[in-house]
Amino acid sequence: MKEVANQGIRTQEIEVNFGPHHPSTHGVFRMVLTLDGENVHKVNPHIGYLHRGIEKLAEKRTYAQCVPFTDRLDYICSMTNNLAYVQTVEQLLDLEVPTRAEYIRVIVSELQRIINHCIFWATFGNDLGSQTALMYGFRDREMILDVFEELTGSRMTYSYMRVGGIAKDISDEQLKEIERIVDYIMDEALPEYHNLITGNEIFQARTKDIGILKPETAIDYGVTGPNLRASGVEYDVRKDQPYGIYDQFDFDVPTRDKGDTYSRYIVRLEEIEQSCSIIKQALNNIPEGKVQVKRVPKRPPDGSVYSSIESPKGELGFYLVSDGSKRPYRFRVRPPTFIHLMALEEMMIGEKVADAIVILGSIDIVLGEVDR
Amino acid sequence: MKPSVIKNQIEDGSIKVEVDKLYKTMKILKTAPEFNYNYLTNLTAVDYQEYLEVIYHLYSLQTGNRLEVKVEVDSQTPKVPSVMNIWGAANWQEREVYDMFGITFNGHSNLKRILLTDDFEGHPLRKDFKLST
Repeated sequence: MKEVANQGIRTQEIEVNFGPHHPSTHGVFRMVLTLDGENVHKVNPHIGYLHRGIEKLAEKRTYAQCVPFTDRLDYICSMTNNLAYVQTVEQLLDLEVPTRAEYIRVIVSELQRIINHCIFWATFGNDLGSQTALMYGFRDREMILDVFEELTGSRMTYSYMRVGGIAKDISDEQLKEIERIVDYIMDEALPEYHNLITGNEIFQARTKDIGILKPETAIDYGVTGPNLRASGVEYDVRKDQPYGIYDQFDFDVPTRDKGDTYSRYIVRLEEIEQSCSIIKQALNNIPEGKVQVKRVPKRPPDGSVYSSIESPKGELGFYLVSDGSKRPYRFRVRPPTFIHLMALEEMMIGEKVADAIVILGSIDIVLGEVDR
Repeated sequence: MKPSVIKNQIEDGSIKVEVDKLYKTMKILKTAPEFNYNYLTNLTAVDYQEYLEVIYHLYSLQTGNRLEVKVEVDSQTPKVPSVMNIWGAANWQEREVYDMFGITFNGHSNLKRILLTDDFEGHPLRKDFKLST
């Protein structure tokens, strides 16, 4: 570069605009990269293209009517969004949920985690050029979606959780089907994923040592979930602040030390294994009983509560303020992916522009949650 | 040195701090070894009409303690010191609070609107901002 410059060729930085319409930005997201040749010097993310004002709209709905809003936050993981919200309301009301409902919530949340990580694998592979990964990942997700469709009536925005339980009980045939799916994922799908992508030389060259996020930076920026665990910090809300009945399950929290894109990828695939194990334990121990509290108070007492869960993307929290009426006074969503995007610049500076898409894909964002 | 708590503990794990003592208190909460709140989980605000309240949820990875810090600000000219230099996680969350409530964070490096368009007028999450429906 220096020699070239000395020969009198003038160079300057160039600004490249990614999005908001772009097949690899995982939604309507705009990034303005300032490049020096191929190296990224500055990243300027622009968000807000999918802002729908959910927090304001929720102030005009009753607590039960807010459940469909939560579906549409991170629209890939509707079950866990619902769970985070109804759990917060139940804490406000000091309401205990029947045990069978708790078990079904765990099964459904972990299935949701598997779905999310399958989509991550599929779209991440697609970003790198493997359309086979896209097809395989989505094919495996379809099996779980069939179960969800039979259970809830829809494939995407389920609104399955209710304050005080769940909407509909799950039948024994559906439980057997879930067991069959979990066996398939553990024995056939996951080895296929590793055979196809993980060991591939080109994949490893494109993801190892790319987009490193140091643990101190991750903690400083408030990163949670698999992104944080891939940087070596073992923080999982299911273990550190167990909610529901997660303290009764035996599972590991996979971590890696490097903090690069490859680590973030591997941690998610290992989490699929752990989710399968949790589902198996839940299927063995699920009791009979009711799935919904009979009388749910419509007006919580005055007060505020912050409660969070380990969603597939990170720590999803809800902060609700009640003024004693039947509508929330303040409905705040603590979105994990919004906060992860803050750390994007740290990860991208110094890398090549071809790696920018890989890094963005590895932090797994969904714009519905970023923008609300 | 304990942070300056001006009112009694509201409930377990929640304290209220005066605006002018906020930055120093937050610095102590992060750096003092007996507190070590190295993680800013959530930063948001609520409009209580006579006043606005900014809420911080802190977490300590070492001890597992959680703490809620509340700060009251005036409705007409709300100004709060930015804690961006203490926790990087405050960056976009403060921008969002500015966007939605109009609270100015002194010392923020880039206090612009984040979710709404740059030429939007008004601050939607305030109670006096009426939806058209």
